[in-house]
Amino acid sequence: MPLPTGDVIGILADNLRLRKSVLPIPARVATKWTEGLGLPRGGETVLYTGMMYQLIPYIEGLVKVEQRLGDSWLARWTGFGRKVNRIINVSAFMARPSAKERARYDQIPINVVHLLRQAGVEFGTLYEDDLYSGALAHDLGADEVLAEHARRVQAVFEKHGVKTVITIDPHTTNMLRSVYPTVLDGYGVTVRSYLEVLAEKGLAAQHLLSGEVALHDSCVFARYEGIVQEPRKLLAAAGVTIRDPENTGRQTLCCGGPVESLYPAKAAANAAKRVEQLRAAAPDGVTMCPMCYVNLSNAAGDTMRFKDISQYLREAYAS
Amino acid sequence: MTALANPRLAVELDRSDEFNADACMNCGVCSAICPMGVDVQPRRLFRYVLLGMEDRIAAETETVYSCLLCKMCEENCPSGVHIAENVRTLRHHINRTVFGL
Repeated sequence: MPLPTGDVIGILADNLRLRKSVLPIPARVATKWTEGLGLPRGGETVLYTGMMYQLIPYIEGLVKVEQRLGDSWLARWTGFGRKVNRIINVSAFMARPSAKERARYDQIPINVVHLLRQAGVEFGTLYEDDLYSGALAHDLGADEVLAEHARRVQAVFEKHGVKTVITIDPHTTNMLRSVYPTVLDGYGVTVRSYLEVLAEKGLAAQHLLSGEVALHDSCVFARYEGIVQEPRKLLAAAGVTIRDPENTGRQTLCCGGPVESLYPAKAAANAAKRVEQLRAAAPDGVTMCPMCYVNLSNAAGDTMRFKDISQYLREAYAS
Repeated sequence: MTALANPRLAVELDRSDEFNADACMNCGVCSAICPMGVDVQPRRLFRYVLLGMEDRIAAETETVYSCLLCKMCEENCPSGVHIAENVRTLRHHINRTVFGL
């Protein structure tokens, strides 16, 4: 049984309002990926993670707890939990992924750093000022909380003199590029996905890859942001043969991730349907969104292997 | 079966140029194509809005929040209904009127 919808939304919105993220994690964890990369702080062009990949192992842990709570008598205490969470960050105690698990997701922004450098792009990053975009609050209709948070992010960009933001995941790209201009005054930041930047640069592969992959388009990249050709162009030039599943490109089938925070069982059922389509196309799957990656990987179990697109690209273009 | 109607509901929800429940011609493509299956029927929700049936929308809370906002329906909608944004608007409405957020 799912937890009470209103209370869960309340907890997520309270977290964003009070702690700058729907699921607050320590700054040292969120910035761990930057270690040893020598990235400048701030600058006109920055790589912005929106903490998405760093948050995934925590979200996974929290969803598991949520599923257990939903099946127990404790579900009735979710409203009380929301009150406590306003004072103590309860969610931080509920999900504690291992360092190994966190390192797996940190690898994605690291891959992107190497790829952008290989393409000759000069950029910095915002370290602890690289805030979550507020995507989930926006999706859940918590518009006032989202607007307040967007103003925070805007202030961070102004503080660091940021003019161009390079994003990694689809949700942060969509928020910063398409949603923020509708809720903010005077927001003039240019936002581009690293896939768009790399595709435009026309990098030559240093190591040609081989094999077939089933490409899973992210709904947000494909239908919200029109990013369909860029990943194909980059993978094809890397030597990878792309096998499109039944639903592909702008007709892609959702991984179920967007409803995971409220209805984990529905999310899992949707992911299973998508895995079936992808598995029929090729045994290896490629994702470009952390939510898709985790949902599809969990649904596939041992029946299919998924990798983030940045792993293929780094191997081909920047190894 | 009777229902209470709020004739101003559609106006109250019309917060931006994006909200366009009235563009829906009830053709059913969205319902047929929805990956979440028959539970989520945007056209039915939008009809409730246009008829001012606020209590029906409140009763459809799980439907409203089960939408993936994946825009599969929107991509194939022949009337150009902003289905995802309309659903988000309903969430904002429920957040305020039902959950007191």
